[in-house]
Amino acid sequence: MAFCLMEGNEAIAWGAIASGCRFFAGYPITPATTIFNTMLKLLPPLGGICLQGEDEIASIGYCLGASMGGTKAMTATSGPGISLYSEHISFAIGSEIPIVIVDVQRLGPSTGSATRGADGDIQFLRWGNSGGLPVIVLAPVDVSDCYLMTINAFNLAEEFRCPVFIASNKEIAMTRENIDMDAFDIPNIIERTPPPAGKPFIPFEVSLESKVPYFLPIGGDVIVRQTSSTHGTDGYITTDSDEIARIQDRLNTKLTSKVKSFSFHETILEKDADTLLLTYGITARAARDVYQVCKNSGSPISLLILKTLWPVPEELIKEKAKHVKRVVVVEMNLGQYVREIERILPDKSIDFFGQMDGRLISPKQIAKVLAHG
Amino acid sequence: MGSLLNKSRPPVFCPGCSHDRITQTLDRAFQNMGLRGEEIVIVTDIGCSGLFDTFFNTHAFHGLHGRALTYATGLKMAQPHLHVIVTMGDGGLGIGGAHVLSACRRNLDLTLLVLNNFNFGMTGGQFSATTPSTAQVGSGFLNRLELPFDICRVAASAGAGYVRRCSGYAKNLLQEIENAVRFDGFSILDIWGICPGRYTKRNRLTPQIIEESLAKMPPIKNPVPENQREEYGRHYRDLAAGQKQVSPPKKMTAQFDPVERKIMKVIILGNAGQRIITAGEILCLAGLTAGFQTTQKNEYNITVLRGHSITEVILSPHVIGYTGIERPDVILALSQEGVDRRIDLFDSLDNSVLILLAPGVAIPSCKAEILQPNFKSQKIKSTDWALAALIVLAKMNRVIHLEMLKTALKYKFRNTILKSSLDLLERVRTD
Repeated sequence: MAFCLMEGNEAIAWGAIASGCRFFAGYPITPATTIFNTMLKLLPPLGGICLQGEDEIASIGYCLGASMGGTKAMTATSGPGISLYSEHISFAIGSEIPIVIVDVQRLGPSTGSATRGADGDIQFLRWGNSGGLPVIVLAPVDVSDCYLMTINAFNLAEEFRCPVFIASNKEIAMTRENIDMDAFDIPNIIERTPPPAGKPFIPFEVSLESKVPYFLPIGGDVIVRQTSSTHGTDGYITTDSDEIARIQDRLNTKLTSKVKSFSFHETILEKDADTLLLTYGITARAARDVYQVCKNSGSPISLLILKTLWPVPEELIKEKAKHVKRVVVVEMNLGQYVREIERILPDKSIDFFGQMDGRLISPKQIAKVLAHG
Repeated sequence: MGSLLNKSRPPVFCPGCSHDRITQTLDRAFQNMGLRGEEIVIVTDIGCSGLFDTFFNTHAFHGLHGRALTYATGLKMAQPHLHVIVTMGDGGLGIGGAHVLSACRRNLDLTLLVLNNFNFGMTGGQFSATTPSTAQVGSGFLNRLELPFDICRVAASAGAGYVRRCSGYAKNLLQEIENAVRFDGFSILDIWGICPGRYTKRNRLTPQIIEESLAKMPPIKNPVPENQREEYGRHYRDLAAGQKQVSPPKKMTAQFDPVERKIMKVIILGNAGQRIITAGEILCLAGLTAGFQTTQKNEYNITVLRGHSITEVILSPHVIGYTGIERPDVILALSQEGVDRRIDLFDSLDNSVLILLAPGVAIPSCKAEILQPNFKSQKIKSTDWALAALIVLAKMNRVIHLEMLKTALKYKFRNTILKSSLDLLERVRTD
């Protein structure tokens, strides 16, 4: 038996390298900085680029340029940086620029507490863009997940040409843990799809089967147009309402209609359980302990750990909750994802526990909620 | 080489707008240089200058206000062969000021054409960073309160290698643009022009007045002698090529029997600067040598050499869930601030818990077994107390043994640090 000892941030960097990421730009911010530090060690010797932006807006701007130049790109920050990323997140959504954005969440609001964990950005990641179109958000539970979810994030960003967030947390990012990288079941690495040969390239044209435009890089032999303005398939500004409606609908459904194919989760269903404990991120670790205690004590509960948070994997949640009367949602904020659960499962009794003081939610606290509601 | 103007998208500037002449002249510059559209990207942001990319049959990238230089930087780093032309208005200079300064400092081979017409044309003629205080603009009296800046002097002092200002009506505009594009490094050409849709509705400005005003500006020696240096992209790639490749993460093999094969939880309560986090890592590594799973959860403030520093290490034969510790097996109490931060911890301790209490640290009375190794009399510095406490544990065969610890130290440290830590290991007494 042999393990590496690694913190979550380092695992994200190694996962990015394994995904083929060759461009990183970031601005120092606790608790995300060690991703930058690690990328700075890893990328340049591989011929990749790692830059320190003059601010967060620049950092993600560099990534958007590099991504359109045909390079897989990632940036990493925390809540205050996500705020500054906002205009470029909308850009990446609307103009279909693949990028992986790591949010190592810290306690907010605002500058909050740099070295305390939280999951306070969960709705912000979804809705913190102008226009309100969907994004993909993946939530790692532990250090191994940081590696694997980063690979999944890159694959999704490339496949769907969209921003993909990794909703990490200081308590995963800066926590060290043993991992066995050789035991990982690593997904195939996905690349952007070039257009079929023999036809003129139309920058935002999609094939019949796919809702995602083909990709050619800016700087290649074929001229490519990219714009943050409302555009038609040709990449020029359009004012044609029908065409605008078609493209907005495509930007929406290209993700929401496919979420089944990337609904990452971990589920243990107990036959006799009438309660489903639902959580994500670092809190899932305490939930696993509670699940075991309940099982050992003869009053088992079922457990659903979501690793895809957005788009909401509605079918998955409905299916896993089918046989329980009650769903207990626990998260490190004052009640964000529980809103989705209440929306999806109107006929279930939903209990919520949240905490936002920089401390982890403990198994004891969860057990208390399970016992008393 | 033919024109690169986009025949399907002819310019749509207001009649009399100087942007039109600049567009035509930029096209002639491309032709003079023999460039194909595939070799060029025009990067723009918001405002009338943001229309430029559309009018050319080149690669095009249009983004948010003031951010054009950020995309241009990413593109140029990803595709070094591209000629990257950035157009920004005087509005973009203001909102994207940080990016302009950085581009000047960095000297990446980008060409910034500033289409300076002294106001925000598209949104109603509001004042920009270059609007004269005496002008009548769409921001009421507000521009009277502020001084316009001279982007050329700003750029020169920020490190731009190529800095020129000229009139959009200059006879030699073609040469001015071509020289800026040809410059190997960051170049900025501040082109003064007329906005007939807004600015000249209420202000008198003619090509003649522009010429006269330019003549009155302080001269800037160009290329700026003190700013000549290596182009950033090439320099980056040179330095990057010399960086040592990082080997894949090292593994620690399980090689010893543990002291006990059970879950063990250790909290180290110390101060920033006492190498608490490093000690926690060493304890994790020691655990790996005996086949344990391990987690290390840390808590400290943002200050670097002040305040508490706490690490919680779990060693377990099984996969670890919750990473926090409510009932520790061992507490290493190494600073008062660390202890005070977790004062509640001491309430519920029973006599199976071992506390190693460093000199000068007070803890609440509790039922735990307390050991007070006298690090001071052993002349051990407080920065070594965390490691010394681990050595005491290992010498007592509590949680880890000495072989586990030595192997962890040899894995983690090299050269002088390894030597000094192994010396410490010999030196530390448990009393």
